[in-house]
Parts: sequence; structure tokens; C-alpha cells
Amino acid sequence: MRRYISAYFTDEQNLLRATKDLRDQELSIQDVLTPFPVHGLDHALGYKRSNLPAVAFVCGAIGLVLAFGFQTWAFVVDYPLFIGGKPHFAIPAFIPITFEVTVLFAAFGMATAFFISSKLGPGANNVIHDERITDDRFVIIVDLDEDGNHEATIKSILEKEDAKNIQVKEIEK
Amino acid sequence: MYVSPIREPLIKGNKTYSQITKDIAAPIEGKPGKAWYMGISLSLSAMFLGLAMMGWTIWEGIGTWGLNRTIGWGWGITNFVWWVGIGHAGTFISAILLLFRQKWRTSINRSAEAMTIFAVLCAGLFPLIHMGRPLLAFFVFPYPNTRDLWVNFNSPLLWDVFAISTYLLVSLLFWYMGLIPDIGTMRDRVKSKAKKFIYGLLSFGWTGSVKHWQRHEKLSLILAGLAAPLVLSVHSIVSADFATSIIPGWHTTIFPPYFVAGAIFSGFAMVLTLLIVTRKVLNLENYITLAHIESMNKIIIATGSIVGIAYLTELFISWYSGVEYEQYAFLNRAAGPYWWAYAIMMTCNVISPQLLWFRKLRRNLVFTFILSIFINIGMWFERFVIIVTSLHRDYLPSSWSMYKPTLVEVGIFVGTLGLFFTCFLLFIRAFPVIAIAEVKTVVKSSGEKEIKNETL
Repeated sequence: MRRYISAYFTDEQNLLRATKDLRDQELSIQDVLTPFPVHGLDHALGYKRSNLPAVAFVCGAIGLVLAFGFQTWAFVVDYPLFIGGKPHFAIPAFIPITFEVTVLFAAFGMATAFFISSKLGPGANNVIHDERITDDRFVIIVDLDEDGNHEATIKSILEKEDAKNIQVKEIEK
Repeated sequence: MYVSPIREPLIKGNKTYSQITKDIAAPIEGKPGKAWYMGISLSLSAMFLGLAMMGWTIWEGIGTWGLNRTIGWGWGITNFVWWVGIGHAGTFISAILLLFRQKWRTSINRSAEAMTIFAVLCAGLFPLIHMGRPLLAFFVFPYPNTRDLWVNFNSPLLWDVFAISTYLLVSLLFWYMGLIPDIGTMRDRVKSKAKKFIYGLLSFGWTGSVKHWQRHEKLSLILAGLAAPLVLSVHSIVSADFATSIIPGWHTTIFPPYFVAGAIFSGFAMVLTLLIVTRKVLNLENYITLAHIESMNKIIIATGSIVGIAYLTELFISWYSGVEYEQYAFLNRAAGPYWWAYAIMMTCNVISPQLLWFRKLRRNLVFTFILSIFINIGMWFERFVIIVTSLHRDYLPSSWSMYKPTLVEVGIFVGTLGLFFTCFLLFIRAFPVIAIAEVKTVVKSSGEKEIKNETL
């Protein structure tokens, strides 16, 4: 049996303060759900910076090497043909395609990484906690242990910040 | 949060988050009005006319077009370049303005990105039909064929293949990534089971988790960083189709920046044409405000002036080059048989946008709408002038010729206009035209709301 408290806020500033207070008390926050990106919330939750830029860089580099390498191989090794007076290894002429393929690989590599790491995709079966989250409600979900040791502390922090609909829920593990 | 006392609020009407969702979702949830049905019937008819003409071209051959041995490129490539150019404003708004932290973009980016995709689709059709045998279009891709030949990687036309396809795919990705949270909103709002299922599938299981938002924002920023140089590269490459040739009037190094500025110029004109109508019909005047229209008009003056300077620079360089063919080409553009096309281009692109220096005109909807159509026409004629006037008088007077489009060509162009507007009209019925989540992020800093002073 796993227990948690969920509550919703109508103002993102209250949510931010509540998150900070909960984190100060070293309580484990399972998730915070918001209708739009609230800046500073990821920081307050102690999330690390995303690795997506690194993924984009690596994928882009792969695209670059593939595109430039392929053009070079095709025109220098496989079928060296003089066209328009350009040399076989025509670096400037290879740049446009190299650039486009780099961008293509970086963009799609990064997007794929985003979907995989966030467990999003067509047919993804994620729990929708509250249908108003995508409208105007900010929901916080705080983990509870089985004995309910911190229940009172959590509730008091949430209430202090004007949280509504504070509920204790249980789910089978 | 800091609120500027000088600037107008980005979103008017003191909206709450819930009202924003409601207002933007309203056109999808309600029944379409008369205007929508009229619009879709008109554009569908145009589209079918175009389809018929395309079918005729493929059945009969390119002989149905007004091209001849001197003018091998006519309306087909004019329309191609024009449509690609129109597509550029979308990525400019979503990528470059995002990188510059221009918050006014949030109200217009979604529809502009959609416009980009539809415009690039229309553009892509022209090279495809012009091939005459579209079934063999896969020849342009480097695949191991039976003769062990490769496509010509040195050719700007092949660069175009890569540039346009990359541009289409990345724009599509960028647009869809931005749509996911809003599709989530629609999924949670619609009542019917079928709609819930479709939006549920399209929303990719979006929950609104902070971790997802954090990654999503990072993703948008980097995609913008990738798409921004893509905007510049795509039209530079399109201009290289001409600039790497030796035809007088085409062989100029000014082409890449001049084409990019022209593309953004015409793209913003099309965004204005569409949004001035959309905001009125969908009751989104509080979201797409006069301030948004004015900001876009400012970009139009800037890019329009760059285009104007480019025209004058071309004239100067042709004279200064001392090359008689160049000098003749430009004299012929202004005073030759196609002088009227040149005059339309100059009037619409150089003179008319200068009126936007007046604030009153920048904020006048009727004027802006008419001007935006003028610019669309002017930019179409720019491409026509570049292509046809340069080709119809080349080095050999014996091959001099004139070009006149046939009804088939006109029909195909009208057909792509129909396709474009059909796609746009279907889009406004299916997806939120304004990025709901993004607008919510700017609403607190936009003035009219009470701002809490507590520091975090």
C-alpha cells in the first residue's frame, strides 16, 4: 500500500512557496502538475538540469559526420565525376547538405530522447490526476509513509499556502 | 514580477487562466459559423480546380504550361519560391523571436507555425509537378540505384531537396511539440468519447508534470536555436538556385540575404492577412491585440526596407560592374516588355510599406489588411520579375522570347491557394490557434492583473 496526499492550488506563487517549505522539511514530493511551465519550480524541487542539449549535440554530430562522410565517399571514392568544374572533394558545396542533415538529426534525436525519458508517446497510458490541471489548477502530490508520520506537517504547510481539496489517497503498489 | 508602465498589456481583458483556456478552445468546441463554411467551400473548390489542373499537367505533359525553350522556369518556380518565402515568418516568429525573448510572439506563434507547414507543402508541390513525372520524384534522393550513380551533391537544386525536406520536418516537429500540452487541454475538455480518444492519442499522455515542462521548455529553446539558422539557410539555398548560375540578373552575391529578408517580409504579410481575419472571426481580439499587429508591422517596415535597399544595390552593382549583360538585364527589367511587373513589385514592396512609419496606419486594421495583400502580390511579382525577365533576354538575341502563363498554370496556383486555406481552416477547427499554455505564462506579467509583491 502506498499513500500520498494531493492538493491543488489556484496560484502558482503559493504552490512555489509550499514546494519550498515541503522541501525544507525534507518531505518527498512525488510530482507537481501545472497547466503551464512555472519558472523556478524545477529548481525548488531540486531537479537537475536536463541532458537534452547534450543529446542534441551528439545526434547533430552524428548527422554531420554521416552527411559529410557520405558526400565525400560518394564523390571521391565511389563515383568521382567532374561536375561544373568543381573538384571531387568540393568542401564548400558539401556544406549546405551537411548543415541540413545535422539540424535534422539533432532535432529528431532530441525529440525522441524527450519522449523516451518523459514516457510520452502515442498511446502512453499516464494517470491524469485531475482534468483541471491542463486548465488552471496546480496540483501537488506528496508521498506519505505507511504510518502517516508527517501527515500533520504536510497538511499544515499546504493549508498555510491556501491549498484546496487536500486528500489522502492510497494506491496498491 | 515587473510590469512596464509604458508598454501595453500583451493580453487584454484581465483574463484568468481558466478564461484563457475557454476563449481559445471556444472555436473548436462550438459549431463553425457561416463564414467558416463559406471559406471552406471556396478553398475546397479552388483546391479541386488545382488538382484537376495538376492531373491534366501530368496526363498531358509540361506542354500544357506556357514555358518555352528560353523560359524554362515560369510560374512554377515563381510560386515555389513565393510559398517557401511565406513559410518563413512562422519559424521566424517561433524560433528567432523566442531566442530574443519577445513575449508578444506567444499569441501568434501557433498559427504562424501552422501557416509555415501548409505553405511549405504548397511549395513542395511545384518542383514535383514540374518534373512532369512525379512518380519518379524519388530520383532526387541519394539511393543506391542500378547504375551506381549518385545524385549531384554539388547542385543547389539538390541542396534545395535537403533544405526543404528538413525545413518541413523540423517545422512540423516544432509545431507539434508546442501543441502537445494544448492537445492535453483539449483532451480534458471535450465531452464526446471519440474526441477524447483522438485528443488522448495525440496528446501523447501529457500530464503537466514539472519534469516534463522542464524538458519541454529546454527542448523548445534548442529546437528554436536549430530552426533559426535553418530559416536563414533554406531561403539562402533557394536563392543559390539562381545565384550559382551565369544568367545576367541572377548571378549576384546579394541574393541570399536579400531572399531571406524578402521571405520574412512576405511571410509576415501573410500572417497579417490571416490573423486580422482570424482574430475577428474567432473573437480573439483580446489575445491578438493591436499591439501585436503593430509589432508585426514594424518587422514589415524593417524587412521591406532591406528588400528595397537590395533592389537599389542590385541596380548600382549592375552599373558598377561594367558588365554590359548585367547592365542590360536590369535596364530591361525596369523598361523592357515586363516593365509593368517591375513597377508592381517596386510599388508594393518598396513604396507602400514605408507608409507604416506612421503609427496611426500601423495600428489601423483595414489599412494593414490591404497593405498585407499588396505585399503578398508584390513579393510574388518580385520572384516573377527575377525569373522571367532574366530568362526572356539572355546572351543570344536569337533565343529571346516572351512568356505568358496558360490557364493550367493559373489553375494550379489557385489550387495551391485553395490547399493552403483549406488546411488553415481545418486547423482552426481542430487545434487551438493560440498556444494556450504559453499565453498563460505571459499573462501575469502583462499588466492588468494585480501582482503580488512577495518575493520568493
